[in-house]
Amino acid sequence: MCGIIGVIDKRRQCMDGSKIREALASMDERGSGEGAGYAAYGIYPEFADSYAIHVFFDNVRENKPALIKDLEEWGRIVHCEAIPIYEAGIKKVHTPWRFFFKPDITRAQNPLTTADDIVMRLVMNVNSAHNGSLIISSGKNMGVFKAAGWPEQVANLYRIQDYKGYLWLAHNRYPTNTPGWWGGAHPFNLLDWSVVHNGEITSYGTNRRYIESYGYNCSMYTDTEVVAYLVDLLVRKHGLSENLAVRALAPPFWDEIDAMPEKERELNRALRLTYGPALMNGPFAICVATADTLVGFTDRIKLRPLVTGEYKDRLYISSEEAAIRRIEPEIEDVRMPKAGEPVIGRVIA
Amino acid sequence: MSIGSIPLRFKIELNTERCMNCGRCVENCSYDVFRKEDNKIVVNSRNCVACHRCLAFCPRDAIDIYEKPTDYRSHPVWTREIREAVFNQAKTGKIIVAGMGNVLPYPMIFDRLVLDACQVTNPSIDPLREPMELRTYIGKKPAALSVKEHKNGDTELLTKLAPNLKIETPIMIGHMSYGAISLNAQTALAKAATKMGTFMGTGEGGLHESLYPYQSHMIVQVASGRFGVDINYLERGAAIEIKIGQGAKPGIGGHLPGEKVCADVSCTRMIPEGSDAISPAPHHDIYSIEDLKQLVHSLKEATEWKKPVFVKIAAVHNSAAIAAGIARSGADAVVVDGFRGGTGAAPRVFRDHVGIPVEAAVASVDAKLRKQGIRNEVSIIASGGIRQSADIAKIICLGADAVYIGTSALVAMGCRVCGTCNRGTCAWGIATQKPELTKRLDPETNAVQVANLIHAWTDEIAELMGAAGINSIESLRGNRDRLRGYMLDEGLLQVLDVKTVGA
Repeated sequence: MCGIIGVIDKRRQCMDGSKIREALASMDERGSGEGAGYAAYGIYPEFADSYAIHVFFDNVRENKPALIKDLEEWGRIVHCEAIPIYEAGIKKVHTPWRFFFKPDITRAQNPLTTADDIVMRLVMNVNSAHNGSLIISSGKNMGVFKAAGWPEQVANLYRIQDYKGYLWLAHNRYPTNTPGWWGGAHPFNLLDWSVVHNGEITSYGTNRRYIESYGYNCSMYTDTEVVAYLVDLLVRKHGLSENLAVRALAPPFWDEIDAMPEKERELNRALRLTYGPALMNGPFAICVATADTLVGFTDRIKLRPLVTGEYKDRLYISSEEAAIRRIEPEIEDVRMPKAGEPVIGRVIA
Repeated sequence: MSIGSIPLRFKIELNTERCMNCGRCVENCSYDVFRKEDNKIVVNSRNCVACHRCLAFCPRDAIDIYEKPTDYRSHPVWTREIREAVFNQAKTGKIIVAGMGNVLPYPMIFDRLVLDACQVTNPSIDPLREPMELRTYIGKKPAALSVKEHKNGDTELLTKLAPNLKIETPIMIGHMSYGAISLNAQTALAKAATKMGTFMGTGEGGLHESLYPYQSHMIVQVASGRFGVDINYLERGAAIEIKIGQGAKPGIGGHLPGEKVCADVSCTRMIPEGSDAISPAPHHDIYSIEDLKQLVHSLKEATEWKKPVFVKIAAVHNSAAIAAGIARSGADAVVVDGFRGGTGAAPRVFRDHVGIPVEAAVASVDAKLRKQGIRNEVSIIASGGIRQSADIAKIICLGADAVYIGTSALVAMGCRVCGTCNRGTCAWGIATQKPELTKRLDPETNAVQVANLIHAWTDEIAELMGAAGINSIESLRGNRDRLRGYMLDEGLLQVLDVKTVGA
């Protein structure tokens, strides 16, 4: 099951987390109280140039010095602090911490290495080491807040209403894979990419092996993280637009492609041939966010629900219309996108 | 005669009460088992190879065939086969040549792998009601796509794709040459391949003129003997395959006994009539991987870079590294031929003892190519020991793009796997060039049977995919998470990158 919701304000007008909390909690029927999470963009304007690294420590005293050592090897920590948490009826398994980090690209051997590459490598190394530190988000001016619990509990844990963002993703989890593990809650993130996902990716075995041959390590024991890495590969590294990336991940059927005009047919054929191993199969509805874009799409035969709504400058994407209405009761323009069809919202300011 | 005669391999029992003396067994047996004497059928069981031709055409079910009617003293080390091989070689002093595939009872990895199905959390997909895509493209793919997206919404594709073969089923028919099998058999296979939208290999025996109408569904082979190879041949094929090795006999070349080289075969192969066609063990212009690269490029240059070039190797211990070299040679596909692959004729010692199973070879080739980031450079075609649709689904999960079938296509034409292809007297008209035998095989009906088999297997693969919640074959390929090993040892599980059942 699982319930998802995403909202983007095209003029970067910020919303605090209280409404998104309410919307997510309205989908408690879709969850089981074992995982929920939020991703918010625009929350750290004072450190907008730094990578905001959110970490779960098993043991701060033991794990933090090691992580600081790893970070300082590749750049400068501008600021670090514990992420404030509050009593919410959740058993505190990890200690969340945040580091604002500036990588130093001159330290890389390869002159083509970018700051993003350094941060990605750090995330992969730290997370696959399973040494008591788990980096849960690593983008700029954004962060992921998640834990094992009901949406409202997780929101209370972090006082999500204290954060103000122009783009939010949220997830209400019904786990089958790793119940109770904070790291298993959504959103999953890499750099600026965050993903929430309802469903199961039956092609995971193929997708994981494909993405791992490009230097990504899947370390979270769940199929969702692979989506973040696939989008990162296709958009950031291969330079495809979000639209084409979604086309590669949930492509049209061959029958449809065969019926297209020649130029379009060749493009779609090339996409399927090139990105066949990235094609995602299985029942899913997914929201992917980056700093300026929110994308929602489903599997090729829409085995999971996804509805969208637009109101003034805001685009909403969710599992349930009711959740959208919880934020925007007056909304009129509610649509159900077709299977595989991407719904894309971009900031214009 | 110090060894004397050895016990019968097969014993024929003719039920005289049922037999009506019609003589069909006499007509049909090409091994001189039956003869008529005094209006009675007389049987010489010693000549029987259990090809079942007599039995299949007996209108009264009057014939029964029993294997090994006489026991040796049983012995776990000195098996019947071992003893008989010694008798044979003590008498002849020669290498034993045999047909068909490996006969030793090595465990089947395929039979110790089980497939997955959906329950609750991911719904299975019903192929009768939802699209199910088995279309496969064989050939080189770009690592990344380069496009230019214009403001008006137009997207321009800047990457130029290499030629690929399009197949609507992952099943192709492997290389069985004219010479090894009859022209009628090849014609039936060609018709079936054309009907099913797939491809068949010519083998190393050239392309007979009468098959030109099917050339767009044929892959022409260039083997170490270069039989039948000229520019006309290369240009006719949809793709070109360089045969380095064969699963049934890794490390050695092909064997076509002179008895099978009739006038027509001699013309097609471009060799003298009646001469043994023994292709060399290595290609005499390939002594290293860079030489292979030159041949790949020469063939591409000769055909104006319009055709994919495949390279076929026998599955051997170091297949993965060899395949990585092939991927860098510019080849478009690598064919991995497992040690259970059939053959018209091979030294028994090679057929039974050299090479490795295709399951392990494909798994390690796929893993190595991914590790080196060049999996997209080549397609992987698995062959040698594909017996049923489940084997195909499993080998695709292990990383293959498609398969070649050989023996199973012959079985669809009546072959009983008697293993005497090398003798050139195949009673079914398949592995023979004798006109009185080849005319038994009607290309039309046999084409239907082979096409039926491919159709049925394709449907079964679609059902298996649907049950696994997958509607596109790309998502099955290399998806080892959808396999589990049942009673496979730890080492093999690691090679296959498959978890054990229950995990």
